[in-house]
Amino acid sequence: MAIFIQQLINGLTLGSIYGLIAIGYTMVFGIIGMVNFAHGDVFMVSSFIALLLLLVATTLFGFGLVPALFLVLVLGMLITGLWNWTIERTAYRPLRGSFRLAPLISAIGMSILLSNLIQVIQGPRNKPVPPMFTQVLPLFEENGYTVGIGYKQIVIMVVTAVLLGLFWYIVQKTPLGRAQRACEQDQKMAALLGIDVDKTISLTFVLGAALAAVAGVMYIMYYGVINFSDGFVPGVKAFTAAVLGGIGSLPGAVIGGLLIGLIETMWSAYFSIDYKDVAAFSILAITLVFLPTGLLGRPEVEKV
Amino acid sequence: MTDTTHSPSPDAFNLKQALKDAGFAGMVTFGLCVPIVAFRAEQDMANKLVLQQRWWMALVITGLVVVARFLFSLHQHSRRNEHGPQTSAGAAGVLALIKPYLAPLGFGFITIYPLMMLAMHGPGGSIKWIDNFGIQILIYVMLGWGLNIVVGLAGLLDLGYVAFYAVGAYSYALIATKVIPQTFPFLGVWAFWICLPISGLLAALWGILLGFPVLRLRGDYLAIVTLAFGEIIRLVLINWVDFSNGYAGLSSIPRPSFFGIPFNASDTGFAAVFGLEFSPIYRTIFLYYVILVLSLMTAYVTLKLRRLPVGRAWEALREDEIACRSLGINTTITKLTAFAIGAMFGGFAGCFFAARQGFISPESFVFLESAQILAIVVLGGMGSLFGVVVASIALVGGIEILRELDFLKEVFGPTFDPSQYRMLVFGVAMVLMMLWKPRGLISTRDPSVIYKERKAISGSMVQEGHG
Amino acid sequence: MTTPLLKIEHLTMRFGGLVAVNDLSFDVRKGEITALIGPNGAGKTTVFNCITGFYKPTEGRLGLKHPDGKTYLLERLPDHHINWKARVARTFQNIRLFQGMTVLENLLVAQHNPLMLASGYSILGLLGSKSYLKSEKAALDKAVAWLERINLIDRADDPAGDLPYGDQRRLEIARAMCTDPVLLCLDEPAAGLNPRESLELNALLTSIRADGQTSLLLIEHDMSVVMAISDHVVVLDYGVKISDGAPEEVRNDPRVIAAYLGVDDDEVAAVEAEVGL
Ligand SMILES: Nc1ncnc2c1ncn2[C@@H]1O[C@H](COP(=O)(O)OP(=O)(O)O)[C@@H](O)[C@H]1O
Ligand SMILES: [Mg+2]
Repeated sequence: MAIFIQQLINGLTLGSIYGLIAIGYTMVFGIIGMVNFAHGDVFMVSSFIALLLLLVATTLFGFGLVPALFLVLVLGMLITGLWNWTIERTAYRPLRGSFRLAPLISAIGMSILLSNLIQVIQGPRNKPVPPMFTQVLPLFEENGYTVGIGYKQIVIMVVTAVLLGLFWYIVQKTPLGRAQRACEQDQKMAALLGIDVDKTISLTFVLGAALAAVAGVMYIMYYGVINFSDGFVPGVKAFTAAVLGGIGSLPGAVIGGLLIGLIETMWSAYFSIDYKDVAAFSILAITLVFLPTGLLGRPEVEKV
Repeated sequence: MTDTTHSPSPDAFNLKQALKDAGFAGMVTFGLCVPIVAFRAEQDMANKLVLQQRWWMALVITGLVVVARFLFSLHQHSRRNEHGPQTSAGAAGVLALIKPYLAPLGFGFITIYPLMMLAMHGPGGSIKWIDNFGIQILIYVMLGWGLNIVVGLAGLLDLGYVAFYAVGAYSYALIATKVIPQTFPFLGVWAFWICLPISGLLAALWGILLGFPVLRLRGDYLAIVTLAFGEIIRLVLINWVDFSNGYAGLSSIPRPSFFGIPFNASDTGFAAVFGLEFSPIYRTIFLYYVILVLSLMTAYVTLKLRRLPVGRAWEALREDEIACRSLGINTTITKLTAFAIGAMFGGFAGCFFAARQGFISPESFVFLESAQILAIVVLGGMGSLFGVVVASIALVGGIEILRELDFLKEVFGPTFDPSQYRMLVFGVAMVLMMLWKPRGLISTRDPSVIYKERKAISGSMVQEGHG
Repeated sequence: MTTPLLKIEHLTMRFGGLVAVNDLSFDVRKGEITALIGPNGAGKTTVFNCITGFYKPTEGRLGLKHPDGKTYLLERLPDHHINWKARVARTFQNIRLFQGMTVLENLLVAQHNPLMLASGYSILGLLGSKSYLKSEKAALDKAVAWLERINLIDRADDPAGDLPYGDQRRLEIARAMCTDPVLLCLDEPAAGLNPRESLELNALLTSIRADGQTSLLLIEHDMSVVMAISDHVVVLDYGVKISDGAPEEVRNDPRVIAAYLGVDDDEVAAVEAEVGL
């Protein structure tokens, strides 16, 4: 039982990270019907941005950890947003409305470009991040096994929850959110009603990237290491989360993320850590085959 | 990065706008470079990260982007004022003129290519040209042609094609190193020739097994599921050490024999039997012709099938699946045959790959390979065999050329390693090529049957499939 | 002339809460042209989709009796068997040609199943066997005969997507006919045609009826087409059958007029006089 609760805590932490990335996939798919293949690598780039900003803030400017992290979070969201804005602008927008495979190939190319760019400019070796918030808050003890929640886990969950709340507000209550939902329903109609579709799509990419940047900060905090090739697998897992939750659905992405996080930690704890990625990929395949609309997605009817 | 649509007169070059665009692009680039280029985190002796500052690099990149953006504006301008149709008609005329000779010339060239290289570079120097360029490109041509059946003809987006390549390679490696020596050791020299069909059939079987549950999914979903399958197969190969020897891979895989005569220095080896001096080049040349024949077989079968009902049904499926169902076509079976036949050629290629390398590991079957093969098919132009060849030469040959650019070391100093930039260049090329030609290099479709007159069908008419 | 070819009994189709077709029964008789009419959204296309296997009906039976006595329950057949075994062909309200394939190729795809058998599931075809080449020749001849019949032989090598709208409609009908159907279902074949094309279409449909192999079921909005060529009219409104009979009977049915024009029964006479129905 103690182990189970410990894994539950770990799983939810990991799941928050996946959920944040998954939102980027789900929003982009919702609005332009495209699997943004490079999103996992945008997340990886954001982790590097966070790492560098953290070093700049702490070593060059001598900030304390908490203000430095705050700064990293804000700047990281902005810069990652700019990255994704540029990517959409240069690699996807010119292909919108053209051959269906072209944006997908372009996105795959972008994914290869980003990871290799980071490899070239930051080097191929793992970057160890200075450990942060290493204390653990003990919760209870059972048979000599102490269940605890790490401070960093608390930070991750709290920051995720706060930012998701903010994000939810933006999407539900602001004109941007309304424009976004309108474009999701019918882009032509939205354009006729005076909504700037291009701008809305750009902002969707920026928002998705900002949340990925949050995930990036949390990721280096949690794992303490980052590598140029770390975009692919978390990207696929987050995509799995988006599909599991029902692609296009924002709460679905978060729930999917938490579920994937839980499944991954439980699988590693009780079955086999070697096969944890196999489990994630299998869930992806099984969901797509048997439950293509996901848990919260709208069913799609084929009209003849 | 921004559109220059509202220029006051179409003929005057709007310098101010161009400069503004260039300046904006520069600002964005500089923003992107902070902090990811301007700083670099390096580990010191104590494994602690220390910052290096490289503002010059950020400035150089920014400068390059500004110049590139400005040149792009100029280019756009001159293209607007140019009388496009005439020049392209001229180019088309030239193409039409040489077209009848293209196929025989190309065919002649690839047939004598290894001998030409041998004559030019001698036995030692030509291995690189025959192996790294010839064989490597032909493997991708064959994979591209195989995947072309699935993606180009049937319109099924497959991002996990490398799985079948892996099945073929591991089938050969396992049968040739484990099964044959224990059961029929005397068949050793024939291992490759026995396993080639088996590998293809096993890959086709896996194609059916994996394809059956997923082929009713539509486009993007099918792509993702196939990606998942590709990764699952690779991860299983990594983790099931008893079966596949995990990361370490399988080595000492028997090399193909010259129909029973091994390529070695022994008295019964190829060189001795044919009275030649022993050299590894003979095997390389032989391998070149093996993959050439395998590729041509793929092309031949594809061309034949396209003119048979099954091939026409694939293309019809790509055009409109619902209409196919209303005409009584069993879409599941039709998709499965495309998937299985595509997988089979992937399996043949995999078997050849294992035999050529003598060593395989899961590293060779990563997602990047699938992406590369798919890029070749899409870039070549969906369904076009010739396009696949051009795209393979451009992408694979281009990557291999980057290995050769050692002179760059003299420009950028001895620490510069051009091969490090290979995949970066590859990614950039993939994006740029899509922006330049979203429908691929050869976007017209050749009808499978004609009544009176052969007319190429414009790519804008051809559908890309729904999944 | 009056043996039922297709017996639709108590057909119901629900989409969630929406009842698109409600307890519909009618017969399509052999050798006749049956018209299914009704306002937009009445459920006509849904009936077609049930007959041709694109939707599984919520309830009901669709019994098809071939001239040789074989019967098929269409709601139980897998979708591709409806054309291949039961020999029901259809066209679509939004034309669904293989746009990037030539006109001739479109007609060959329609003969997929017999050609597939003739090619020995591609094996004999790959080997270039004589018997396959003979079947292919026959298939080409059949396609060419249809192209001559619909006046498109000059465009045989053009992509179907290049044809004008009216030609695409006729090609879609020819493509369906190339599957040798006993029942041909046409979803608004005259929609978007000009008067001359519409007359040509009438001639084509009556000539298909005259061939005696194929009975027709058509959805049509254009009353002049319906009245001119159909032998039997079924009227649908909100998924319910409101009238069923010979064209003249249906034309004078006040409920039909009300459904079409949305007026009270007592105003029907006035409106009727006005539109000259
Ligand atoms: N796949 C579907 N899912 C949900 N509703 C549908 C579907 N197909 C048709 N409908 C609904 O059924 C009703 C009848 O549609 P349809 O048969 O197309 O009408 P008609 O062809 O007579 O104009 C409409 O209200 C339509 O929205
Ligand atoms: Mg309709």
